[in-house]
Order: sequence, then structure tokens, then C-alpha cells
Amino acid sequence: MAAYHAMTVVAPAVAERFRPGQFVAVAVGGEHTSLLARRCLPVYEVKSDYGGTVEFVFEADDPGSRWLASRRSRDALDLIGPLGRPFPLPRDPASCLLVGGAHGSSGLFALADTLRQRDCKVHFVLAAPHAHQVYGALSAQRIGDSSTVITRDGSLGVAGMVPDLLPGIIDQTEADVVYAAGPTSLLSAVSGIASALGIPCQVSLGELLSRTAACGIGVCASCVLPVVGDDGHTRMVRACAEGPVLRGERVRWGDLGTIPLDALGGPRAPQTPLEAAP
Amino acid sequence: MNLTTPIGAVTLANPLVTASGCGGTGRELAPYTDLSRLGAFTTATVMARPRAGRPTPRIAETPSGLLNAMGLPGPGLEAFLARELPWLAAQDVPTVVSVGGNTVQEFAEIATRLAAAPAFRVAAGGTGAVAGVEVNVACPNAEDRGRMFAAAPAAAAEVVRAVRGAIHRDIPVLAKLSPDVTDIATIALACADAGATGLSLINTVSGLAIDPATLRPALSGVSGGLSGPAVRPVALRCVFQVHAAIPDLPIVGGGGIATGSDALEFLVAGATAFSVGTTLLHDPSAPQRILRELEEALAARGVARPADAVGMAHRPASPPRIAPPPRPRIEELT
Repeated sequence: MAAYHAMTVVAPAVAERFRPGQFVAVAVGGEHTSLLARRCLPVYEVKSDYGGTVEFVFEADDPGSRWLASRRSRDALDLIGPLGRPFPLPRDPASCLLVGGAHGSSGLFALADTLRQRDCKVHFVLAAPHAHQVYGALSAQRIGDSSTVITRDGSLGVAGMVPDLLPGIIDQTEADVVYAAGPTSLLSAVSGIASALGIPCQVSLGELLSRTAACGIGVCASCVLPVVGDDGHTRMVRACAEGPVLRGERVRWGDLGTIPLDALGGPRAPQTPLEAAP
Repeated sequence: MNLTTPIGAVTLANPLVTASGCGGTGRELAPYTDLSRLGAFTTATVMARPRAGRPTPRIAETPSGLLNAMGLPGPGLEAFLARELPWLAAQDVPTVVSVGGNTVQEFAEIATRLAAAPAFRVAAGGTGAVAGVEVNVACPNAEDRGRMFAAAPAAAAEVVRAVRGAIHRDIPVLAKLSPDVTDIATIALACADAGATGLSLINTVSGLAIDPATLRPALSGVSGGLSGPAVRPVALRCVFQVHAAIPDLPIVGGGGIATGSDALEFLVAGATAFSVGTTLLHDPSAPQRILRELEEALAARGVARPADAVGMAHRPASPPRIAPPPRPRIEELT
């Protein structure tokens, strides 16, 4: 747990409206900050204490997040939320596999609570390169029907890589649906496996959002990625506004960081009337 | 306080305008700021066809600024007219439509098609939604090896003339100039001669950021446009120079305005109105705060309204309006 910071803020209006999968956009550096991009952080959980609190987990890996980590209790924070598209929930009780990478898994625990209230089975897979980067192993053990920790070096749980181990876990847990959150490479791998098995997969683009977003509310359009819509056309959609939760098989993982030639507005776009993004 | 701000034949309710590309379609901003209380909302630059823009990373954080190379993403004129402009009209917010093109001909076509849109026809009647057309002359000129129109007086003027010719004379046409030129006043004069009602100053400043992790340029577009408080002195200099050259020409000044005091600096440098851009990304609720702060800043200096502050910095230094506090006597200091 030493790798990450957890912070709880009193924010009743955010707590009240929050649905699992949504995030908050935090301004860093104080009133006269020189850091103008908001930090987009997945929400770990909301509680009704003090009128409503919001807890999030982050890694202090740049000046902005280090400033955030150095806040003390009762400091005020400039925060917008809840933002983005939440995780869709199964209509009927289902077996749900929740796959989280590093501290991205923090965004899955509120989902787990909601799924359990709907009589779903909740199975966790928490993955990270090393033991100290695994987030929420104890909580997952406590609230999950099963919980598997995977580290690359075997320093905690099973040694290995998610793509090798996931098919077996999907089999064992008889998963009807897969939810994943965290690093983009993990989401890409999980989406590929789930769609090969014909299992619906919802991914939350935590890492992509934290790397590319500037505003968090959809005005700047810096966090775009190519996604195939219901009509089969690829559009550049904003991870903050149309996401951060997207259907895994709809994301063109191999084309991230590019504008695919056939994307609407791209160099070889099909001539079709433009519709709003899905 | 009377905040009304005339730009040509149009009078804005107040001098605060959102900067192009910084308010999304308006829908994204609406939850945080009352659009109907803006002086005007400026759209992202509308191009003839849909554009996906550049790949990510498109924005990099730099000291007191953001560096962006978006590649002018947008749905294209047709979708803009069908979806975006009617929505803005329904919000009761005066809209400045930013237009772009890669040739003079493209600018002319887009202006002609805009002028035929219903929102424009109502505007000509005096009650409409469109408060102006902003010509993004920082677009690359395909007929001049991709050099931006704004880099040469003749090219900038040609674009302004093409747009001006298509748009009803009661609707202001503003040319948004780039600061990356040797003499911005020359470009401004050329645009004014070509029929621009006013100018929007400034577009972003060309810059580059390096990603310390990869030791490569941080943006996919390699270089980008710098905005935010980092460019404010550059923007103020441009406004000051252009106002000195053409005192009667309305200027929408902007570059890193985050407070009412920042806005006042632009007014006294010669701006009639001011634009808020990068600040909206950081604090989407800023417009009402900035207007309130501006009113307070004006009142504290005994200035009755924003219009009276325009160009104040150009007047010769005179005895201060407010008597300075009495100098302390020697015995109080010891």
C-alpha cells in the first residue's frame, strides 16, 4: 500500500450523485497554481458520513499529484464530480469478474458493492508487477466470492501475466460479464480475451484518462480514442465524457494514439452523415 | 454597473467572451456556467468537412499554461448547422462562430453557407443568436506551403475580405491573429482595411514541450500552441500595439485571463472585450466570478463601466484618480 495515497474528502453533492465507474477531476497546486490540468481520479468509494464523503486512490508520480498527497486534514480541495459514464449493471443476478490493474482496481470496489446488492457473484482479479503495487487485496478477499492476486514476479499471489491466467479464471468463476479498470495494456488484453469467449466486457480507462485528460468535463477533447459505434463507424470519442467506461470490444486498442484512416473525420472516412458519438 | 459592450453593430451584454475551442459545444460548459450570462460564446473553429483532428497526446501541461496541437477537430459545417448552432440559439447566448479553411475559397464557401443558415437570418433582423464571425487566420494556407494566413498581411486580408463579403454587414467579422509574427500591427491594419469589424487577440503562441519520460516531443503534433497565464504578457503587448496603431478598432483581447484583474489589464491595454479560454478548462465556473471581480476592480478605481477603461494605459500618466495614502511621518517609522 506504500505505493499509493488514499484521500477522503467531504463532498456531499458528489457522494449523493456518484455511480460506480465515475471519476472526479481535482485541481492541483492551490489558488495560484501553475498546473492547469485537472487530475482525473477514479473514486474508490462514497460514504454517508459527514453528509457524504468521497475516497479516491492515486499515485504521487508528478508535481501535481505530489501536491495533492501533501494535503492535510481539513484543507479545502477544488474538485468536480462525479463525472463520466458509469459501469452498466446486469439486469439479472450474474457472475461478475472484476479485473483491476495496480491502483486502477480502486475504481472497482464501489461497483462490487452495487453488484452484491443486486445478488450478483463478485470475483476479483487484482494484478500488478509487484506485491506493493497491488491495491485492495484484503478488501477483495473480504467482499469477493473469490479473489485472485497476480503479480509478475510472484511476490504476492500467483506469479504470471493476466492474459495467460484470465481464461482459466473466467472458466472457474463461470463469469457472465467482465469489468476491468486500470492500465490500458491490461484493458486491451482483458477485452481481447472476453470478446474471444463472447463475454461482455466493460472497461474503465483509468490510466488513459489520467495520462491524457486536461479538463475532465469534455470541453478540451484531449483524451480521445478510436471507438466503433453501433453503426459500425469509428469515431474519436472522449474518454472523460463518452467514457471512462466503454465496451471493451468497441475500442480499437491497436489504434490507440492514432487517428485510424477510416475514423469519421479521418483521411479516408466513409461519406456518411455524422451522428452524435455513442 | 453597465457592462454593455459594443462590437460594430452588435452590443454584448458584457465584455466576457469564451475563447474558441475552450467551451466545447457549449453543452459541456452549461452545467458549470450560465451561458445566457456570457457576453458571447465562441464556437470551436468550424471547417467545411468533419475532422478527427490529431492523435493523442494533444495537450501537454507546461508552466502556467497548456500546449495543444488538436488539429482543429470538429463535426464539419453541416453537422454544426444541424446540431450545434440551433442548440446554442436555444440557450439564449449570443454566439460567435469561428470559421477556418485551408484556402481563401474554402473560407468564402463556409461563410456563404453560414450566412444562409436560419440562425444568421434571424440575427440580421436584430434579435438573433449570432453575435459575430471569427476568422481563424492561424489556419495553414494550403496554397502557401502550409504557412498560416496570419503570417502575411496580404493573405490575412484576403481571407477577411472573402468572409466579410459573404456575411451580413450588421454581423461583426473578427480576425483572430497569431502573435507569432514580426509586426502584428501591420497584419491588423491589413485586416481592418479588408473590412474586419474588429480583431481577436491573440491566438496561441507556438511552442514545444518535451516528455521527460520518453525524451521526445510531448505532443503527437511535435509543436503546439501555448495558452494560459504564461502567454498573458505576449497577449497584452499585442493588444497594446494594435490599439496604439488603430485606436478605434474593437479588440477582443485574451491570453491567460483567470481573474477580473487580468481582464482589466486587457481593457486598459486597449481591448473592448476580453476572452476567457484555458481558464475554462481549469475552472469551468470562472466566467461569473471574473465578471464580478472586474466590476469590483473597476469600482475600486472609480471607473463607472468597462467601456471607460478601454485604452486607459495609453493615456499619459496623470495624477492618480484616488489620492494616495498620506505618507507616514518620520516618527511613525521609527
